[in-house]
Amino acid sequence: MTHVLGAFAVWIIGFAVNLRLANGPAHDTTAARLAVPLIFGATILVMWELIVTGLDVPQVILPPPSHIAASFAANTGLLWADFVQTILKGALSGWVIGCAAAFVTALLVDRYDYLRRGLLPLGNFMAALPIVGTAPILVMWFGFGWQSKAAVVVLMVYFPMLVNTVAGLQETSAMQRDLMHTYAATWGETLRKLRLPAAMPFVFNGLKITSTLALIGAIVAEFFGSPTQGLGFRISTSIGQLDLGLVWSAIVVAALTGTAVYGLVTLAEKITTFWHPSQQR
Amino acid sequence: MSDAAVTRRSRIKSGTAWLGLPPVLAVILGLIALWYVAVVPMNVQETLTRAERAGVAVTPATAVDRRDAGNWALVLGNTHALGESWSLDRPRLPAPHQVVTELYESTWVEETTGRRGLVRSGSFSNRGLIHHALVTLNATLVGFLIGTTLGIVLAVGIVHSRVMDMSVMPWAIVSQTIPIVALAPMIIVVLYSVGVQGLLPKAVISAYLSFFPVVVGMVKGLRSPDGMQMDLMRTYNASTLAVLFKLRLPASVPYLFASLKIAVAASLVGAIVGELPVQKGGLGARMLAGSYYGQTAQIWAALFLAAGLAALLVWAIAAIEQRTLRRMGMTP
Repeated sequence: MTHVLGAFAVWIIGFAVNLRLANGPAHDTTAARLAVPLIFGATILVMWELIVTGLDVPQVILPPPSHIAASFAANTGLLWADFVQTILKGALSGWVIGCAAAFVTALLVDRYDYLRRGLLPLGNFMAALPIVGTAPILVMWFGFGWQSKAAVVVLMVYFPMLVNTVAGLQETSAMQRDLMHTYAATWGETLRKLRLPAAMPFVFNGLKITSTLALIGAIVAEFFGSPTQGLGFRISTSIGQLDLGLVWSAIVVAALTGTAVYGLVTLAEKITTFWHPSQQR
Repeated sequence: MSDAAVTRRSRIKSGTAWLGLPPVLAVILGLIALWYVAVVPMNVQETLTRAERAGVAVTPATAVDRRDAGNWALVLGNTHALGESWSLDRPRLPAPHQVVTELYESTWVEETTGRRGLVRSGSFSNRGLIHHALVTLNATLVGFLIGTTLGIVLAVGIVHSRVMDMSVMPWAIVSQTIPIVALAPMIIVVLYSVGVQGLLPKAVISAYLSFFPVVVGMVKGLRSPDGMQMDLMRTYNASTLAVLFKLRLPASVPYLFASLKIAVAASLVGAIVGELPVQKGGLGARMLAGSYYGQTAQIWAALFLAAGLAALLVWAIAAIEQRTLRRMGMTP
């Protein structure tokens, strides 16, 4: 019981500190912007730990963070192999292939108006569909290895990326295109010097959306069949063994990867599209 | 993107139309044609095995030799024996008409003539697709409602409290980058061990997936009134509650609908993935069963039904959106 009371004490303290920080004079500084969410996250973690241990919640239902951390530390080798199998082999290769294919298609769609009017409504429609559902079919075709996961990822990232890139390529105004025309610029030159740079914010938006989709695709596809490693395999088998610590560790790996990739894409966006209003403070 | 400009440009270029077909139709027809062609190399091994059993001479004479040969080489070497490609019992890739037949048989035929169908038993057959689609739709809608409600409530909180904005919003953005669906089997098992089963675990996953698009969209929408409008409310001496109900919420409606369309598609994905670990009906369970027993046509039929369901849900929301915005006088 003391643990639970302690949890509420921690919550009150954390909330009070955040209240002070957020409404104090320094709320606009970078330090406060970083500190407030970190304190919030830490409060949640400590409360989780205290309540779970205090109420004797069975580990099968919800393991405390300390147990997850211990399990993570004890299985780093295993989780690294899973990471290589799912993320580097399955998700990354599929993401690169899918985004590249979508980019090339977007250029074609942009060049030929007939294709644009035919493919774009279809692409918009497909982007909303539950494409994860193709996973059992693709696993059947390409086997249990990473190739089938890459195929699922390619299908999942293709349409959102296509829609975003096409929207980006149409971002230039008529005035800008007319200016290029008066310069007697060819289609390729207009593309390289005007339209691709203008499309970059949209391309990066597509990359951000699809990076999460790629992880989801690679993990869910492993539920339909995989070699004896991979994050999806680890999650589904560890649940069977009621080893919830390992399940959470696999989820932590996926979450860290997702956040890291998102951060990298944001960084690349900042470097490439420094001119865009949304990047200027 | 301004539609008027697009149509103007396309009208100028419309000389490029191919055989006079509307472009979407042409692309769809092209895809179906491609599908029919792809069926041949995908199914060539099985087709040739059957042809060999029927006594037709096939170039590499045994199945073992054929296994190592390329699919296209087999197709080109045995053009006389490919007749059965489009009518195999368990094809690797069923032809489009086989999928349509499966769809028709597992819905209309099953319900009208099947022993457990609607006509004979008074309820939808649990071997038919309609039953499974309804199971999935139920979980999707319950999850969508829970997720949307929670999302709107949290967005209102975030807009009105700087503490919540500063502490919760960064985590909401970070959580977008996490493959949340990976949690699905765990949520199912955990809730099952607490004694919660059936609709609710799937709905929880659906709610989780539809929650964040709504939060992000609504925060943007609730903040969309500009300084002038907020100042006007202040000169009226309006309370925070009045500002919320008379200015912020009406102003956020277009943003709400934009994120609802994303959220409903996401909650359908959540419901389907949530059905994978527990084989108790639903389109996800149907797909997994199809992949266990090699019933490819069944997977494709479930997939197409799921696609239809997603299209229907998004279309329904778009229709409501149009109607609402028109009554609010917000459509251009």
